[in-house]
Amino acid sequence: MSDRILGGLGLLLAIFFIWQATLIKESFISDPVGPKVFPIIIAVLVGLSSLAIFFKPDDEPEWPEFSRLFEVGLTIVVMIAYAYALPTAGFVVSTAVTAAYLSWRLGTPPVKAVIAGAAIAIGIYVVFHLILGLSLARGPWGF
Amino acid sequence: MDTLNALAHGFSIALTFQNLGLALIGCFLGTIIGALPGLGPSNGVAILIPLAFTLGLPATPALILLTSVYYGAMYGGRISSILLNIPGDEPALMTTLDGYPMAKKGMAGEALALSGIASFVGAFFATWGLVFLAPQLVKVALLFGPAEYFALFALAFATLGGIASRNQAKAALAAGLGLGIAMIGVDGQTGVPRFTFGEVHLYDGIDFLVAIVGLFALSEVFIFLEHRGTTKATGDASGIKLGRLTPPLSMLKQTAPTMARSTVLGFIAGVLPGAGASLGSFIAYSVEKRLVDKDKTFGTGDPRGVAAPEAGNNAAAGGALVPMLALGVPGSGTTAVLLAMLLALNITPGPLLFTNNPDVVWGLIAALFIGNVMLLIMNIPMVSLFVRVLLVPPRYLMPAVAMISFVGIYGISGSTFDLMVMVLFGVLGWLLRKLDVPLVPVILGVLLGNQMEANMRRAMTISDGDWSALFASPLSIGLWLFAFFGFILPIVAGRFFRSKLPRTDSEADPD
Repeated sequence: MSDRILGGLGLLLAIFFIWQATLIKESFISDPVGPKVFPIIIAVLVGLSSLAIFFKPDDEPEWPEFSRLFEVGLTIVVMIAYAYALPTAGFVVSTAVTAAYLSWRLGTPPVKAVIAGAAIAIGIYVVFHLILGLSLARGPWGF
Repeated sequence: MDTLNALAHGFSIALTFQNLGLALIGCFLGTIIGALPGLGPSNGVAILIPLAFTLGLPATPALILLTSVYYGAMYGGRISSILLNIPGDEPALMTTLDGYPMAKKGMAGEALALSGIASFVGAFFATWGLVFLAPQLVKVALLFGPAEYFALFALAFATLGGIASRNQAKAALAAGLGLGIAMIGVDGQTGVPRFTFGEVHLYDGIDFLVAIVGLFALSEVFIFLEHRGTTKATGDASGIKLGRLTPPLSMLKQTAPTMARSTVLGFIAGVLPGAGASLGSFIAYSVEKRLVDKDKTFGTGDPRGVAAPEAGNNAAAGGALVPMLALGVPGSGTTAVLLAMLLALNITPGPLLFTNNPDVVWGLIAALFIGNVMLLIMNIPMVSLFVRVLLVPPRYLMPAVAMISFVGIYGISGSTFDLMVMVLFGVLGWLLRKLDVPLVPVILGVLLGNQMEANMRRAMTISDGDWSALFASPLSIGLWLFAFFGFILPIVAGRFFRSKLPRTDSEADPD
């Protein structure tokens, strides 16, 4: 079933891609091929392989149970939140929180996870910023 | 003798204090990256690229650092294969078959030392192969016009899909996805925006470094999250005694022919576009099994079964650098990542690299020789140090990997948008891996898409829109035929070959 969904989505993607390619505005100077043809060739490739996947699916992969999927989803949300938090809260604080969360969800007991998060954040800060001189996100406190 | 002169010049470049230091750091980090399950050559190198880039290293030192990591990871993968029965990375998968039984027999130290020597032999001779084969390939490549390049790119995708994948349709889909992603942004030839949906951030296109780190490194975090609590990838090496760290001479003598054959096979597998070190070690092991396994000792801890895949994968690692440097078409996942590094530094690999930037090429090759010796020294007497690193549990390791990925990408652009795109690629990579869609064609597509299109359109401009120009020269016809059969034959002529490759769920890491 998963492969059939993949094939179906691939086909929709290919159609969408071709439609978007026809909408590309051509400029008045152009080469004989133009900017539309190659994307359309690619879309046809995607479409054909999607059809093949749809009609000849592989064995079903092992999907995790719903609670795990939910957790993966939650982690994605945390990572996006991290991306937004970086410029406002600074590197060390946001990294410590995110790393602690990840470590906790990967099976570390909460207290140890907080310590691990702080250690990872400070470790990266020391190695990459203080020693190697990489610029990291600066927060209100300068780190 | 030009080649040897060039190589000597290369040594003069590589033998600076800074470059030697970088090679040493690279080898050390590489061995750790290879040894840790869940981190392999391609995601290890992927995480380090943005860092090398933001640290402002010039091309040669940066490349020396990263290829040392690449070679090092090929050495390191065997450590957890032998001690934990968990391949540290995909190419080391075959090493588990005889390595772990050897360790259980109390010969862990001998297995580690022997595989270290086999790795050295494979990598050493493959680097010589690189020295002599790459310049020859460059001579051929100088005859290439745009039409031939277009055919060559098609060939790379076709063999990648045909030989190295289980499901050709999925490989084709992956390639299409990658190429499609490459189309996003302003068209280089006419200056019109494509697939940008009015989003200014997309005008520059999707940065391939963002895509690579997301697909390879972040998706790994999701895989671990999904498998939390299962025994997968959490091993216990504390119970295993290393024993003596030198293989008896008789064992070396017994395995010498195996190493020689495996090196040759691995090198050839590496040079073929699209087939990397995993295939190299697989072919080496299966051929050796067929040739010398008369007493059916393979799989029960036969030293030859340890030497073959290790010589094979390290030789393939060197071989895969040949098409990457000489043609600009990578032969494996990690060389694709190295190609990304070169492109990020504004260096276009290919035949002109050898004439325009000989310092980069020969400095790199010399560094590979030096690194290889360093690796041999590190990997035999100091192997117990790496064994200790293996005991770091993934629940501490993976958060650090994720955070370093974010640091690297943020360091390049300082933009939240790129981080979002990286997370998106992480999710995409996780889904594709669950569905058994290979990631290497995606990366190759993102990397080569614009060049592929540019070559096609250049050929069309020369021929004034006559499509038959793509198939006009004997060289391009040959490439197309090779591409066609490389893709079709594995489908038609049976899956007997690849289907024997054991399927792993953690095929996390394409080499």
